Amino acid sequence: MTLGVELEGHVGPLRLRAAFDTTRGTVVLTGPNGAGKTSVLRMILGAVTPERGRVRLNGATLFDSERDVNVPLEERAIGYVPQNYGLFPHLSAAGNVEFALACRRPALSREERHGRALDLLGELGLANLVAHRPHALSAGERQRVALARALASEPKALLLDEPFAALDVGTRRKLRVFLRERLERLSLPTVVVSHDAEDARAVGHHIAVVEDGSVVQAGSWGELARAPATEFVRELTLERERAP
Amino acid sequence: MSARLVRGARRPWHAVLGALGGALILFLVLPVVGLLSGTTLADVRAGLEHPLVAPALELSFFTTTVSAAVVILFGTPLAWIIAERRGGGARLLESALKLPVVLPPAVAGLGLLLAFGRTSVLGALFARLGVGVPFTSAAVVLAQVFVSAPFYVEAAIAAFRRLDADLLVIARSLGAGTARVLFRVALPLAAPGLLSGVALAWARALGEFGATLMFAGSLSGRTQTLPLAIYAALESDVRAARALSLVLVCIAFVLLFAVRSSERVHGPGPGARP
Repeated sequence: MTLGVELEGHVGPLRLRAAFDTTRGTVVLTGPNGAGKTSVLRMILGAVTPERGRVRLNGATLFDSERDVNVPLEERAIGYVPQNYGLFPHLSAAGNVEFALACRRPALSREERHGRALDLLGELGLANLVAHRPHALSAGERQRVALARALASEPKALLLDEPFAALDVGTRRKLRVFLRERLERLSLPTVVVSHDAEDARAVGHHIAVVEDGSVVQAGSWGELARAPATEFVRELTLERERAP
Repeated sequence: MSARLVRGARRPWHAVLGALGGALILFLVLPVVGLLSGTTLADVRAGLEHPLVAPALELSFFTTTVSAAVVILFGTPLAWIIAERRGGGARLLESALKLPVVLPPAVAGLGLLLAFGRTSVLGALFARLGVGVPFTSAAVVLAQVFVSAPFYVEAAIAAFRRLDADLLVIARSLGAGTARVLFRVALPLAAPGLLSGVALAWARALGEFGATLMFAGSLSGRTQTLPLAIYAALESDVRAARALSLVLVCIAFVLLFAVRSSERVHGPGPGARP
């Protein structure tokens, strides 16, 4: 189960170049704001079409510019949790999860869908919030609903954009542990975008540093610390060492 | 202290601006006051008993309902398609769609007559099927659709463009096809904007006069809608014209109020708890 990415394209004036794969576990895309991390995620997702490159997931080709393959977004089966969690504001927490179930499992009855949604939300500790609309949930709760919804769609890979950015310190610490355990148990190919060194360290061991649209260095923390390719990478590894 | 000074310095300007704005409000309200002044409830009741009134009310209600349904059925998909595009073609189409708003009603009526009249290709086709369009209730509906559709389509385009594009992407990433994205995400989220478009279009269709007169005529019970009945009643019974006008003012106000309310609901967006 791996996701392999090799992409080139433009987003506005920014030229994007990214190549990495998840053979060594969850990949954390990190780098300064505006470096193009989210755009890389959206290209993997299929919401933005790259100019050149390949995206392969578990042996299947999702995108290949040379062979003219471009699997549409709705058929890629990639779970995506954006930075603001992207919950449907007109649906309850359960409704959001049921939406995903209805897409993937059209044969299920309404009651079965509801039952499964309650199970999934219960598993993530949201049993008493299933009827709440997103605006009535805290940021941490919204994130877990978004995760439950993504998992309900039976994804073959997960893309998480800044999963901790909107959280306060306490929630952040709890969710780091929660997310790492979840991801380990799911063993899905996962790409996490995070600009924060400590968050990045908490969820993944394989780091890809994006600067000005390009992956400037990829490797484990140790590899990055031993031979930082840029000033940003050097500071990132120092910051990581200083972290408790 | 300084705030008071600033406010004091602004005061003469406020007076000038207030006077100019107030004069315009007075001018806009005066005709409505004219309709109300000297009209007793007995007058309104007597006016509503005029033989032209009941058929006109019924016809207006029926034709505007049909035209609103037509506008929604054909206008929503069009607005969805245009909203997705922002190129020169879409801009050109958007401008062309606004044409009926600024077209003189007489020109609209003449255009409809030439397009659907007996001498036109379409008119001849309808005639062979035994249907004559001009001077029928169908002509009333066509005239209303022609003048009111732009209001709905424009509001719907704006409502669709205000949608959070990320939500549509997420819906698709979860496996939703176009129909599910449209009916389960886009339409419910755009509903307040769409409804305010419907209200505007309905109000415009209800007030439609010039094109209807030219294309459909003014036959009581068949093509004589409320505005045409007001014009006809003016010759025989001013009270009836007044009563009908008051009815129209009330409906228009209710519709506009509905538009404002739905905009308020739509405005701030879903609140976020920190």
